[in-house]
Amino acid sequence: MAEMAHPSPEHGHESHVPELVHQFETVEQQREAGTLGMWLFLATEVLFFGGMFCSYLIYRSLHPQAFEIGSHLLEVKFGATNTAVLICSSLSMAMAIYSAQTGKSKKTVILFLVITILLGLAFIGVKLYFEWYHDYLEHIVPGFGFQYRPEWGANGPMVQMFMVFYFTMTGVHALHMVVGVGILTALIIMAARDRFSPQYYAPLDISGLYWHFVDIIWIFLFPLLYLVGGRYMSGGR
Amino acid sequence: MSTAVAELPTAPSESRVNYLNASYGIKSWLLTTDHKRIALLYLVSITFMFVVGGVAATLMRIQLIEPTGAIVEPEVYNKLFSIHGIVMVFFFLVPSIPAVMGNFLIPMMIGARDVAFPKLNLLSWYLYITGSLCMLYAIAAGGVDTGWTFYPPYSSTYSHTHVIAAVTGVFIAGFSSILTGLNFIVTIHKMRAPGMTWFRMPLFLWSMYATSVIFILGTPVIAITLFLMALERLFHVGIFDPAVGGDPLLFQHLFWFYSHPAVYIMILPGMGVISELIPCFARKKIFGYKIVAYSSMAIAVLSFLVWGHHMFVTGQSIYTGLIFSVLSFAVAIPSAIKVFNWTATLYKGSISYNAPMLYALGFIGLFTMGGLTGLFLASLATDVHLNGTYFIVAHFHYIMVGGAVMAYLGGIHYWWPKITGRLYPDAWARFAALIIFVGFNLTFFPQFMLGYLGMPRRYAVYPPEFQVLNVMSSAGATILGVGYVIPLIYLIWSIKYGPIAGPNPWGATGLEWQTPSPPPTENFEEMPVVTEEPYNYPGTEVPVRG
Amino acid sequence: MSEHIVPVKVYIGVWAGLLVLTGLTTGAAYIDLGVFNTVVALAIAVAKMTLVVLFFMHVKYTPGIPRIVMVAAVFWLAIMMSLMLADELTRHWTPVAHSWGAGVLLPLLPHVLR
Repeated sequence: MAEMAHPSPEHGHESHVPELVHQFETVEQQREAGTLGMWLFLATEVLFFGGMFCSYLIYRSLHPQAFEIGSHLLEVKFGATNTAVLICSSLSMAMAIYSAQTGKSKKTVILFLVITILLGLAFIGVKLYFEWYHDYLEHIVPGFGFQYRPEWGANGPMVQMFMVFYFTMTGVHALHMVVGVGILTALIIMAARDRFSPQYYAPLDISGLYWHFVDIIWIFLFPLLYLVGGRYMSGGR
Repeated sequence: MSTAVAELPTAPSESRVNYLNASYGIKSWLLTTDHKRIALLYLVSITFMFVVGGVAATLMRIQLIEPTGAIVEPEVYNKLFSIHGIVMVFFFLVPSIPAVMGNFLIPMMIGARDVAFPKLNLLSWYLYITGSLCMLYAIAAGGVDTGWTFYPPYSSTYSHTHVIAAVTGVFIAGFSSILTGLNFIVTIHKMRAPGMTWFRMPLFLWSMYATSVIFILGTPVIAITLFLMALERLFHVGIFDPAVGGDPLLFQHLFWFYSHPAVYIMILPGMGVISELIPCFARKKIFGYKIVAYSSMAIAVLSFLVWGHHMFVTGQSIYTGLIFSVLSFAVAIPSAIKVFNWTATLYKGSISYNAPMLYALGFIGLFTMGGLTGLFLASLATDVHLNGTYFIVAHFHYIMVGGAVMAYLGGIHYWWPKITGRLYPDAWARFAALIIFVGFNLTFFPQFMLGYLGMPRRYAVYPPEFQVLNVMSSAGATILGVGYVIPLIYLIWSIKYGPIAGPNPWGATGLEWQTPSPPPTENFEEMPVVTEEPYNYPGTEVPVRG
Repeated sequence: MSEHIVPVKVYIGVWAGLLVLTGLTTGAAYIDLGVFNTVVALAIAVAKMTLVVLFFMHVKYTPGIPRIVMVAAVFWLAIMMSLMLADELTRHWTPVAHSWGAGVLLPLLPHVLR
């Protein structure tokens, strides 16, 4: 693994570019392959989350009232804050890639990656402590001391169903964020070892695609889980 | 350096460096990134799982010799058919041709050195092994009795067997499929040799591409479905549980959204193999190349639109049933088109009856029967009578065993010289193919009759009037089993004692035949340039026989 | 991904737009729009997704297969949702199996079905 500056990928020197792996002919081909590979993986993630979205959609169509009650158990301020946090993390991720693309110092790249990680951890922290832990204390975590409330009436079981979907969907999403944080950590290590340059930043780019995708999932989770039926009745929580 | 068709090898393959002898030792195999070695790793592991699934089937067929059940209690029988189904579907059929032949051949057929992501390819194999170990644990710890369909609420609430271990195994193996499909799509898009346009690719590649599309779009859905069912089982929360307002049919929808396309995962690669075998052994260009290629893609797309035909009698909306029924008739069309094209290729061809060709011919007949009987099931009214009976069992075994397994064996025999550099004894191979054909039909044709007469599937006991047909089926299974053992023996024998194979023992077209047998690790000494259409057979006899 | 380098200004603009849309969707939830609450929320979510996909994920500058892959994934999801919903929502339209006319008339009387 070369630590110093790489030769520019001219025609005859392609095979000597250290990042070019043996099965590819050109760095361009390698990069396009990597990008296509990540997009295909994201397609699988669309279908993976999609199964949950689809199930959610069905139950919500059949039991709109119960899902409204369930949604009102969640606090919009945390959902909205987390949405903003993730949007900022997408910006810092894009800036990390931009910094590598434009040959900024590795410190800049690492700084943006660190910011992204911190924002991701903040997201997870808000979710774990302010939302999930408090939900547990309020006995609305299915399977962990869930208690029906009399005001739910006959909607009780489907309110629980809503909470099942809430925890499952945000839980799987959070799992993806944790994996993302792991990937970003690996990228920081790579950046610290001078792996990235304007000629080679594919791992950043591809990881960025993953990170933005996880952001998009949350962009849909927020209104679908937190804003069901609007908040005008309850005056907002 | 030229490897012309008629050239005989001048030295034993062992003295030339190839992918098999390029490095030695267990680490060089377990840490390989060579797609050809990975293909062999898969070959060994899926053969093992095939034996596991086969043992379960053997016990089932012994049980069914007696109407009151010959050897096991119903509770154990439930585990046997579940294990048979899960292992055969997820751990044999789904990976079989893609992981073994796809991995070995795709880079060679497009003129590349390897797949796009070789390390991911190795990871795929390790995921498959991990999934298999989970499943083997589930079996060893007492089995699972939900059927391979894992329907809740039985699987999530009432079954006391090792459901979680089994679905974990399937889940992990699913990721093996996803990564394989991803690898193949990128490889085919980005790594074709100069001159290899899409319509110069061998049809095997079109089938593998279509299969990979299904891998990518379908497998994640079964992953999330089994995950949700496992959550329900672990935390006693209702997702599919009617007691808390859940819908069991939701599971079935999600399950079959993958599992119907999955059956096309299992047959499309087989069709791709047949598209290679027929032109070679009829010495004739395939009839309607583009139509066959488009049909592969059409099958991949249409396969996602028909899953509800597994749910006609479950209480699904009759209107959706109508839609699914129409679409199920539609999906038969591209498959039929392929059969017409293969048959037209045979017409006025110069046919030689080598073992691979016997398997291919068997495939065409048996797949057609399986496919046609699918139409009975696609029709709502007849499905009411036939659903849940042995008719269904016969239908899918005609396609999966009479079709997919025969294609798999045909492909193994066809490419065996390329993979090992050795020829197998053709007389034994043809004999085994015949035994398999006879054994197969004796096993499964009676099951069509049993189903029509009303014998339910997944039953450990049955009314005495069905005994004759059941005994016939079990007798056939014995013959079929013998038929499967024979190739195992002579193929392994041939690795050491078989005659040395040249680069192209069949005189076939295709880039994979332009390299030595076995190929060097990098596949080609120089990047090939493609200037010819595929399957431009001259119409002469097969030059070299094994 | 391409060699095209997206200017920082574009990133900042997209970021600001996303935050504005988030505020919009949150605020809209506090206004009674009836059934349109959901429509508005989803429309805004789609708009946000479009911004992220086009600019942060560079799809605007990535011609070819990745776009097809993304569209295909969403399209397949739509297939899954529409056919599954078709079943779930029409399942109770035929309470009496043999009366085909009932399937047409009875949906007009939903309270009878439950």
